[in-house]
Amino acid sequence: MPRPSKAAEDTRSRLLSHYRPVDGVPDELMDGQGRIRPVWQRFIDHLSEQDGDKLSLMFARGDAYLRNSGVFLRQYTEDRAAERPWPLSHVPVLIDGKEWETIAGALKQRADLLERVAADLYGENRLVAEGALPGELIAQSSEWIRPLVGVKPRGGHYLNFIAFEISRGPDGTWWVLNDRTQAPSGAGYALETRVATSRIYAEHYAQARVHRLSNFFSEFRTALLNMRSDPDNHVAILTPGPFSETYFEQSYIARYLGLLLVEGEDLTVKQGQVFVRTVSGLQPVDVLWRRLDTLYADPLELDETSQIGTAGLVGAIRRGSVSVVNALGAGVLESRALLAFLPRISRALAGGPLAMPNIATWWCGQPAERSHVLSRLEAMMLAPALSTRQMFDPEESSLMGSQLRRQGLDYARHLVETEGDMLVGQEAVSFSTSPAWVDGKLVPRPMSLRVFMVRTASGWSVMPGGFARIGSDEAAPVFSMQSGSSVADVWIVSDEPVDTVTHLASGQARAPRAKQGALPSKAAENLFWLARYMERAESFTRLNRARHERLADAASPQSPLLSYLTRYTAFIGLHTEVAIPPALATAIRSAMRAAASVRDRLSPDGWAAIVQLSDRLDDALESRLMPGDDASREMGVLLRQSSAFTGLLQDNMYRFTEWRFLSLGRSIERIMALASALASFLAEDAPLGSLDLALEYADSSISHRRRYGFQASRASVIELLALDELNPRSLIFHLTELETQMTPIAELKNTPASRELLKQVGAVRRAFAGMAPEGIDTAYLADFRSRIARLSDNITVIYLT
Amino acid sequence: MLYDIHLKIAYIYDAPVLTGRHLVHLWPPHVAGIQEISNAALTFLPEPAEQSGFRDYFGNWTSEVVFEEAHRQFEAVLSARVNRHEAPRESGASIDFDRLKPALNAVRSLAPDSPLHFLGTTPRVRPNLVLQDYVSDLAPAGATVREIVQRLGERLHEDMTFDSSATSVDTRHEDAFASRRGVCQDFSHIMIAALRSVGIPAGYVSGCLRTEPPPGRERLEGADAMHAWVRAWCGPQAGWVEYDPTNACDVGVNHIVIGYGRDYADVSPVKGVLRSASGQAGSQAVDVVPVQV
Repeated sequence: MPRPSKAAEDTRSRLLSHYRPVDGVPDELMDGQGRIRPVWQRFIDHLSEQDGDKLSLMFARGDAYLRNSGVFLRQYTEDRAAERPWPLSHVPVLIDGKEWETIAGALKQRADLLERVAADLYGENRLVAEGALPGELIAQSSEWIRPLVGVKPRGGHYLNFIAFEISRGPDGTWWVLNDRTQAPSGAGYALETRVATSRIYAEHYAQARVHRLSNFFSEFRTALLNMRSDPDNHVAILTPGPFSETYFEQSYIARYLGLLLVEGEDLTVKQGQVFVRTVSGLQPVDVLWRRLDTLYADPLELDETSQIGTAGLVGAIRRGSVSVVNALGAGVLESRALLAFLPRISRALAGGPLAMPNIATWWCGQPAERSHVLSRLEAMMLAPALSTRQMFDPEESSLMGSQLRRQGLDYARHLVETEGDMLVGQEAVSFSTSPAWVDGKLVPRPMSLRVFMVRTASGWSVMPGGFARIGSDEAAPVFSMQSGSSVADVWIVSDEPVDTVTHLASGQARAPRAKQGALPSKAAENLFWLARYMERAESFTRLNRARHERLADAASPQSPLLSYLTRYTAFIGLHTEVAIPPALATAIRSAMRAAASVRDRLSPDGWAAIVQLSDRLDDALESRLMPGDDASREMGVLLRQSSAFTGLLQDNMYRFTEWRFLSLGRSIERIMALASALASFLAEDAPLGSLDLALEYADSSISHRRRYGFQASRASVIELLALDELNPRSLIFHLTELETQMTPIAELKNTPASRELLKQVGAVRRAFAGMAPEGIDTAYLADFRSRIARLSDNITVIYLT
Repeated sequence: MLYDIHLKIAYIYDAPVLTGRHLVHLWPPHVAGIQEISNAALTFLPEPAEQSGFRDYFGNWTSEVVFEEAHRQFEAVLSARVNRHEAPRESGASIDFDRLKPALNAVRSLAPDSPLHFLGTTPRVRPNLVLQDYVSDLAPAGATVREIVQRLGERLHEDMTFDSSATSVDTRHEDAFASRRGVCQDFSHIMIAALRSVGIPAGYVSGCLRTEPPPGRERLEGADAMHAWVRAWCGPQAGWVEYDPTNACDVGVNHIVIGYGRDYADVSPVKGVLRSASGQAGSQAVDVVPVQV
């Protein structure tokens, strides 16, 4: 590399003018003499070439990417404050490729060791018998799952996808802080963080010799698909559901890997085999990548209060008919006290020391260890022995000796003396620091890495890079997302050009294929109701707009049409006295909830559109709009925003089963709402102007004008809104649509009930099409509407449960 | 003593249940030197769509039954001939209470009868300070674990009133103890929690009692339903010792064992997951009749 010019050195020193590593703490960017480490040099040069404004623009690019992809830290709940933007730290952590090889090698050794420990704990139990591990710790762990003792996983392995939390200690070597063997999260976030960061440094990234992540995911996908006993069976990701903290990530990765995302209630066990309930019947599931903790997985044999599990899953595992990644029960390896024994176990089982040590840990259930912890209490962290939480989890009840005053220390000492069996002491760790961009300056911040690994046919494969947590504060080594820390990309930088092909797309020829085309009944139900609620929201918005518009124009609020309309909206539960009727807010929220449950099936734009609609609603609710003009204008905005969402769905969705259920929901809701509106607005006693109101409500005023001129008559309105096959707002149009969309799904399901329902739909359509306009009166419409409601119930019974 | 036992558990549902999956613990085990089983049969109503069985971690026979058709009632009926022997004398002396902790630390086993499983909190048992205090009075210096078990059982029997209307199958033992009322399940859970509160390993035994007493003896409490009692670990020599706190007696020829567990949750006769929104009413009928040979 040529020597940098004087000018380059100046900009570089400007960039680093605030970068002061803490004494005695290793820094990733600078060595002990304040020199930039070789692996960082090109990156720092690139960074220093940008001025402050340019950098802000670059960082904004990354933030915008995450926002537009809908990457959030928290789950969707009804409280929108619960979803926060992903806290991206814009500066990646760079690690030299050679050093990474050493890290990866050490972690592979550890993964193999943990696999052997799991096999022993669920097998012969020699570790306990030989005194390498106190039996009490295992017997008392809620993650040691008795029903699975003696049950070998079908594929032979307990661990297939795991993560380690590691950090660099004061002497510059790496330490393991935590083993994540249960259902580690974050791989999808690593991917999104990578995309965002590569957009920030788009100009630099292409030549930066950074190892790509896609190959790792391709290997993982292949590994999962190869665990099947039959290529016709499904591989599914088992999620705790949309209220889980990392649901976004689960749905993202399901979409990325092209795998089915299921909840416990989507699955059922028959004759010891796991099936997914789909709209076309039961289909076998062979492999589950579970994202829920063991205890919740089966209410029959595990935690009986679990609402999110599948009764009989443990039985299916016992019969060896399904592979679960990681095996149920693998969480016992996360018990904190195990860290105290792993060094010894490594020597006993692997014949040598751990290649990467874990944080020094002492179980206070033993006299010598207890006195050691007591003698160094100020330098210790005390934590529950059997906890499987991550270190620094804000919900963990740990004590930091260094932060305790005298009374606190006395209390800690008392705890260790009386309840030692329940406690471990862990050496309080310090972390290395890495650059973060804070308030326009580059500053050192503490850092830990999460490293992901997958078991492939040829052994463990380590994700080259991933996910670094960056502390919010120079002094506090304590991190959790909640306390303001952030996440940075990790770049493993090679000496040589790296393979940049994205394998997930190009490797299809070799890669096994996932079975396609299954729509779980529950997902179909959510799509069906998503469409119904969106349609309902639109219908309510139109009615509410019509009412507030007339209120703004009306000479007197007692005008017959206005009070007739108000009575009608009240009759259907829409209380239009206020600007935003509660029923309208409920419809939008319910649509949002249904959408959140099928997020893996919506495009990022579609998701963004419904989030925008829901945000707009929240703003409107907060802004105390006045009835009348204010309200009517706001309804216009909401209408356009809901059309943006339904338009995206209509335009972009592949015309397959999912889309058909959306269509069914929309048509059912539209027919029912329109039939009810027509029954009122076309009634004998409806006041003057009701016909125009009906046209306006059905967004058909212009079509009417074109076909029939200005003067609406009862006959022309019935013709256009009920019987006109070409009007997408007419009843007959949607009856035809119902029959069209139901035909293929009835064939797919192919049961007597599904064929019968299709026949009923056809019969209702034909009967309606044959009606004379004058026969379509209020009584007829009311009866017609209840027939459609019964069809909807039957759709639910036959396809959605 | 040879018995014919007949045991029926029935549920009537308020509304039809669409599907159901149950684990059933009713099949009595062979226990070497304690009881032998012959002519056993377990039947279900309605006819299950699937039926299978396995032995659980603690060695109990577990039947798994699946119902796929709507049904309004469920019945499990066990009939068996059981030869129950008088419990043998403990194989060795009980350990002193103050030597229990080191003895437990020396246990290097996770076998089903290892005392290590029977300490601390389990799904239905939570040791607590109130019970720790309650037992402390009964454990003078030099007492053996066996003596503490006996005294605690007698003390509980004295303080508690047998009352089948005071508690239900879901009652927490803390509440039963506070009211000093309950049935065998409550007596047993309280005693287990109390023993574990001072570090004595204790487990739950489900079973049934001889229905009619031998001539001239009083009828035992709990004989008209399934029964439960306690076992406590009294050191490596004495091993497990069973005690019936509901009747304040040692366990013997009148007690037939059905299952061993850490608490009720491990051995509940019928555990199930139903697809139904409504309530249910359960009933039990137990007959344990000596066979005239």
